[in-house]
Amino acid sequence: MKRVYVNEKWCLGCHLCEYYCAFASVGEANGEQNKKDMARALKDIKINPKINIEENGGVSFAVSCRHCEEPLCVKSCITGALSVSDGVIAIDKEQCIGCYTCILICPYGAISTSEDGAVQKCELCVKTAAGTPACVKGCPNGAIVFEERG
Amino acid sequence: MQKEGQVRIPSGCAISGMINTSGKRMSGEDVIKSISVMHDRSNGLGGGFAAYGIYPEYKDYYAFHLFYDNTAAKKECEEFLERYFDIINLSKIPTRKIREITDEPLIWRYFVTPLPTKLAESQLDEREFVARCVFRVNTKIKGAYVFSSGKNMGVFKAVGFPEDVGRFYRLEEYEGYCFTAHGRYPTNTPGWWGGAHPFALLDYSVVHNGEISSYDANRRSIEMYGYQCTLQTDTEVITYIIDYLHRKKGLNLDEIASVIAAPFWQTIERMPPEKKEIHEYLRNVFASQLITGPFSILVGFEGGLMALNDRLKLRSMVVGEKNDMAYIASEEAAIRVIEPNLDTVWAPKGGEPVIVRLDGGEA
Amino acid sequence: MAVNFLYPDYEVARNYDRCIACRVCERQCANEVHEYLADAGGTSAAGKMVCDDAKCVNCHRCVSLCPTRALKIVRSSNTYKENTNWNGKTINELYRQAGTGGVLLSSMGNPEDYPVYFDKILLNASQVTNPSIDPLREPMETKSFLGAKPQNIQRGHDGKIKNNLGPHLTLSMPVMFSAMSYGSISYNAHESLARAAEELGILYNTGEGGLHEDFYRYGKNTIVQVASGRFGVHPDYLNSGAAMEIKMGQGAKPGIGGHLPGAKIVGDISRTRMVPEGSDAISPAPHHDIYSIEDLRQLVYSLKEATDYKKPVIVKIAAVHNVAVIASGIARSGADIIAIDGFRGGTGAAPTRIRDHVGIPVELALAATDKRLRDEGIRDNVSIVVGGSIRSSADIVKAVALGADCVYIATAALLALGCHLCRSCHAGKCNWGIATQIPELVKRLNPEIGAGRLVNLLTAWQHEIKEMMGGMGINSIESLKGNRLMLRGVGLNEKELEILGIKHAGE
Repeated sequence: MKRVYVNEKWCLGCHLCEYYCAFASVGEANGEQNKKDMARALKDIKINPKINIEENGGVSFAVSCRHCEEPLCVKSCITGALSVSDGVIAIDKEQCIGCYTCILICPYGAISTSEDGAVQKCELCVKTAAGTPACVKGCPNGAIVFEERG
Repeated sequence: MQKEGQVRIPSGCAISGMINTSGKRMSGEDVIKSISVMHDRSNGLGGGFAAYGIYPEYKDYYAFHLFYDNTAAKKECEEFLERYFDIINLSKIPTRKIREITDEPLIWRYFVTPLPTKLAESQLDEREFVARCVFRVNTKIKGAYVFSSGKNMGVFKAVGFPEDVGRFYRLEEYEGYCFTAHGRYPTNTPGWWGGAHPFALLDYSVVHNGEISSYDANRRSIEMYGYQCTLQTDTEVITYIIDYLHRKKGLNLDEIASVIAAPFWQTIERMPPEKKEIHEYLRNVFASQLITGPFSILVGFEGGLMALNDRLKLRSMVVGEKNDMAYIASEEAAIRVIEPNLDTVWAPKGGEPVIVRLDGGEA
Repeated sequence: MAVNFLYPDYEVARNYDRCIACRVCERQCANEVHEYLADAGGTSAAGKMVCDDAKCVNCHRCVSLCPTRALKIVRSSNTYKENTNWNGKTINELYRQAGTGGVLLSSMGNPEDYPVYFDKILLNASQVTNPSIDPLREPMETKSFLGAKPQNIQRGHDGKIKNNLGPHLTLSMPVMFSAMSYGSISYNAHESLARAAEELGILYNTGEGGLHEDFYRYGKNTIVQVASGRFGVHPDYLNSGAAMEIKMGQGAKPGIGGHLPGAKIVGDISRTRMVPEGSDAISPAPHHDIYSIEDLRQLVYSLKEATDYKKPVIVKIAAVHNVAVIASGIARSGADIIAIDGFRGGTGAAPTRIRDHVGIPVELALAATDKRLRDEGIRDNVSIVVGGSIRSSADIVKAVALGADCVYIATAALLALGCHLCRSCHAGKCNWGIATQIPELVKRLNPEIGAGRLVNLLTAWQHEIKEMMGGMGINSIESLKGNRLMLRGVGLNEKELEILGIKHAGE
């Protein structure tokens, strides 16, 4: 299965992946016009993307869900809102009660809170973009790739 | 309007040739018949013939054929020739007055051999000496032009349809073992007899149907080796390239064909290693002698004839054989009119030379 | 400074309706032009971006990365009174010198308004008497060889031709990457060039900074340069490449040597060049062991001895007034290839006045040199490579038709890698990761992407060359070489036509 992989050698810490992720998600919620133009979709908004840049000491890295083969978050979810389908770990927003156990247990810090009370994380743009995930398309330096490894 | 010689004039044409491999001599009548069948491929602005084996009694002497614009040019040229050559015989080339050929220059023929003292002084080999003298006349003596300079062969050409040119020069009275013929369709009015084909230097004569795109690249390269392109026709450059590769570089005719109509790299890649290396070497070393553009040429030389098409086969060429005769022409009809019953007839592939030699001959 | 003599030339124009304050401009500008103000956004949760135009060098990094296309760089509308003689640029340069007392330094090629001869030459196409050739359906060959042609044919006992070719280079197309030193450009830029050269079947040039040990593996696609400073020159270096180039001059700065500011001499650069960190690497003007043509011959043969006569030697000269005569001398000195660099050639750093006022156009230099070598009958002793500046496939076709065997490209290659010709290379803060040694900036040039773009560019050019050749009825590049009848001039005077050796359109 293809996953999103990041090579810190090429990550510039430009944060564009965060904005493309936010654009891909915000668009679906706020109507047709905003889907087309990032300027309209993200104007005056503080974004809350599902991929986040971690920076320290000159090294930067984009963190997003690894879609683990044996996911701890799914194991820890008390309502079954987190589940695996075709290898992609998805969140059922209706089922999520916002207990935040998954956020605490994810060893990568890939899950975060969202405005609607449920949790959110990268779902490989299965529900939003067609084909390649938005962060991969938006990275200007080829640091984020979408490929199958072993 | 610029005359030929000052400006390059492209043209389309007709060619024909025949050779008797046993060396038996034939009359020029047949080749005239052959070229006249292709009348519509010419527009009357040039025609000519090359004939081999026609001067057996003078076969050890160079037969110079010259055009003179006026008697002053003739005088100057003859003075030059007398300084460097022993002139055995000289005369006007016999012609027949016909309505279709007009404005002829003075046409003379000299049988010469280099003066031994001059030859020794020059430290050149005999053929190089003769070639350089020919260039000297053509570039330095205004109004004089040597258009044939081989042994036991001669070129006959004029402005007019080839069959008329043949009758004008009384070609039917000559007997040779090999003839080539050419009819021209230039896209401009040359008005100068020197521009007709065949083009000759020493015993190499070339008749050519086509236009070479690589002309200026070839010309600028060949002029480095002592040749002077005085006519600015594509044919001149082809003749010089063949002379250069054959006489000066010692390549054989197959190798020459591999240079001027070199196979494509994709073909060379598929050859066995030894052949591949030789072809790659030839294309590298003789890159400037590659001839690109449509061409169909007949190269006459002492002892044989070579026919070659460009590697994209953009001009027609048909070869026919019967017993000891070989015929080559732009159209099959031009062969059948002389020999209706051929043993074999085929169209050679682009880039593949057809070399016909006199029996027991090597070239 | 009490008095601001120099108003910024360029201003950053931000469309606030489109700006989402994503801060990528701030993060990506090494000159610190943009700043994020968290509290100044008013009702917006996103904050506000502001700029300091004075620091902008017009490199377009922010413009290119802005995800909403909210930025553009415009010419400042602050104007001097109109004056054709004392224009704004001339006045500003004078102010800078009055302020600093220094020599003006510039990067990249001559931007002044001199004639570009390539733009005044037109190409032929075949019609009626000669068919054009369709490159999609017929083979169209751009394979080229560089090196001396042998004088005579030699045959073995069996009569077969012996391969007596001297050392030569084989290229898939008549283009090579020109010299750009490791130091003036980054490690990643060199890697992009090396990988692209390997993939395309052409060569790249180390420039005078020596060869980094990581790149020895691209050796057969590398030309190693020996320049006046002899940086990084040792026997392994010479033997590692496919050819050696002696840099006698460079189009951007004829008469003087290379210049790498001390700020760029760090770490690997220092080691590869064999120069102490922080010291300026200023190459001497002449090679101090070459004061005449016979000295050059000696160096050519020294290099050949050091490499067992297996590799061709290139001599690179700048296009100056008597370039044809110089080339003639070089052709007789044992060199296999002559590279001529025209006055438009680029550079990492050069004194402005020398870059803009010294040297001649490469089109004229090429035509004169080719003619001169042919007149002397020695054109086959060397191949000619030209550069400075080749901008498109049309320029390549025209250069070959004028007589070149191959062209060198450098500025074009850097543009493919992301350069926007802001001409600030000498400052060492290239925002595109090309002309810098600062690691955070060098990171920005991913060789995977860079090499990919170079391959794209040259592949596209190769197709275009084939199209133009086909249109002229030519199917092998060797038939285009020196084929000046395929060119016509337009808007050129008699003298220019004579030097170029071409006719005027209509003739």
